[in-house]
Amino acid sequence: MAEPTTFAAAGDAVVRLDQVSIAYGRHQALSDVSAVFPRGAVGLLGPNGAGKSTMIKALLGLLPPARGRMQVLGLDVAAAPLAIRARVGYMPESDAHIPGMTAVSFVAYCGELAGLPAVDAMQRAHEVLYYVGLGEARYRNVETYSTGMKQRIKLAQALVHDPDLLFLDEPTNGMDPKGRDEMLALVRDLALNKGVNVIVSSHLLPDVEYTCDYVVVMDKGTVATEGTIETLKGPGGRVFEVRVKGDAERFVAVLREAGLECHETEEDVMRVFVPDGEGASILFRFAAREGMQMRHLRPSVPTLEDVFARAVGEERPGRAGERAAR
Amino acid sequence: MPIHDQGYRRYTGHREPHGRRWWVIARAGMLAVVKQRRFLGLLLVAWVPFVVRVVQIYVSQNFQQVSFLAPKAEMFRDFLGQQGIFVFFVTIAVGAPLVANDRRANALQIYLSKPLTRVEYVVGKLAILLAFLLLVTWAPAMLLLAVQMLFAGSLTFVRNNLFLVPAITLLSIVEALVASCTMLALSSTSRSSRFVSIMFAGVMFFTSAIANVSRAMTGRTTLAWVSPTLMLDELGDLVFRLRLRSDVPPAVAVLVIAVLILGSIAILERRVRGVEVVT
Repeated sequence: MAEPTTFAAAGDAVVRLDQVSIAYGRHQALSDVSAVFPRGAVGLLGPNGAGKSTMIKALLGLLPPARGRMQVLGLDVAAAPLAIRARVGYMPESDAHIPGMTAVSFVAYCGELAGLPAVDAMQRAHEVLYYVGLGEARYRNVETYSTGMKQRIKLAQALVHDPDLLFLDEPTNGMDPKGRDEMLALVRDLALNKGVNVIVSSHLLPDVEYTCDYVVVMDKGTVATEGTIETLKGPGGRVFEVRVKGDAERFVAVLREAGLECHETEEDVMRVFVPDGEGASILFRFAAREGMQMRHLRPSVPTLEDVFARAVGEERPGRAGERAAR
Repeated sequence: MPIHDQGYRRYTGHREPHGRRWWVIARAGMLAVVKQRRFLGLLLVAWVPFVVRVVQIYVSQNFQQVSFLAPKAEMFRDFLGQQGIFVFFVTIAVGAPLVANDRRANALQIYLSKPLTRVEYVVGKLAILLAFLLLVTWAPAMLLLAVQMLFAGSLTFVRNNLFLVPAITLLSIVEALVASCTMLALSSTSRSSRFVSIMFAGVMFFTSAIANVSRAMTGRTTLAWVSPTLMLDELGDLVFRLRLRSDVPPAVAVLVIAVLILGSIAILERRVRGVEVVT
């Protein structure tokens, strides 16, 4: 597991948290969270209730922490929330719009609220709506939009004032596969080609893997791990997908006793990490020793799912969401 | 290379300083209200009493036989009293959806994720309702005063009743402020503007009913303080130097109004948040 960078040590970071704790009554939403989000596209990954949305709202200055310090774009959240909000865009998770407005007037209005002069805000609204793919529907009332269009309009209102940092909370929620791909392509384009720093909060591992280079994994209000995706996927070794006939749980226990990393999946297939210098033969040896039949063996590559499984244990909340997204 | 790039471009233009965002909210809200034909109809009806009073002033100035209709200071107080019904309807039509609709559409998190404070949001919303309420109270009353000067051809009446200008201004502002704050607070407690309208009407009618039933049973007006409407009437009589219509001391009327405004602000402080915390 990667060591979290300390508050003082972080150099070129867009967001820093230092021992931040937030509670809703008795429920501890964030507990002593220290994390650093570097420039570029960063994934905030974790199951529902891990504290991702709470962290974003705290960074916007909407939720004061019980203790700890936060910095966004080098500004202290407690001291300069307005200056921060002028430079960041926020795409909320839930459906949100200003009632009774057309898309273009809504986005222009958001631009004005963010400090753009009325004429510039209207011009930017048209540009941004074209960019997110709502150019043809920009004179329609937002309340008549489909779920996918509402996701796009939320991105447009977050972008209209040209933020330096975008907080995207579950940006592909409720989108069909095509819309989801387009949304992810937009996010990737913003981060890679437009110079906008992006923090993507999601429980969908493929979304984060596609758009981000760096990931902060959260679980139960704490940072489980953080680092570049490549680093977290681990150095050498090979991964095999394995299915055995017999007591699979016993087989997993045997492999773990032998020092092999092994994660069960929901499809009776386990993912086994075999260290450098070893091959699939080691798995056959263990199966023969335990009197089990190897029914499926397929070489694989380390994925972000493995990182997630390592960080938060065997629980894989992204699975259900991935299936829904498919 | 395309003639016009429709891709995303960085913005390098001017940005307005903080502190003026309430005006963006107020302006957009006012424009949205005046686009409603039904509201424009209500506004027109609200100015009918003004037209009637203008005719009254004109006739009294030009026909000796009806000189008894000549305007007095009480006429302006009566006029503002009559406008109370329009204050009620405008408050419901404009005020009920102000925060309730934003809550229904989860707009508060959009607003408060922008560089504006909760105070700016509330002031912007308050300004929308205040503007329309003053449009049916202060504006026609002050215009009536101007019409009186115009038809009389002299400043004598105004000079003799100079207190009318601050009295009209003070009563209109207090009445508009009480209605706006109360309605905004109620609007922040629900996601349904219809329910908010019913709550507001209920509060106004129920409190007046209690005061009136008490007066009918006891023959005294000591319970008038429970009704904001009656307390505004009391304050109106006070600033227009008229005989008070209830047994409640003026200080109590001022206190009731102050408590109502402060209570509304406290509710708004609690309800207008970017994050709704349910514990």
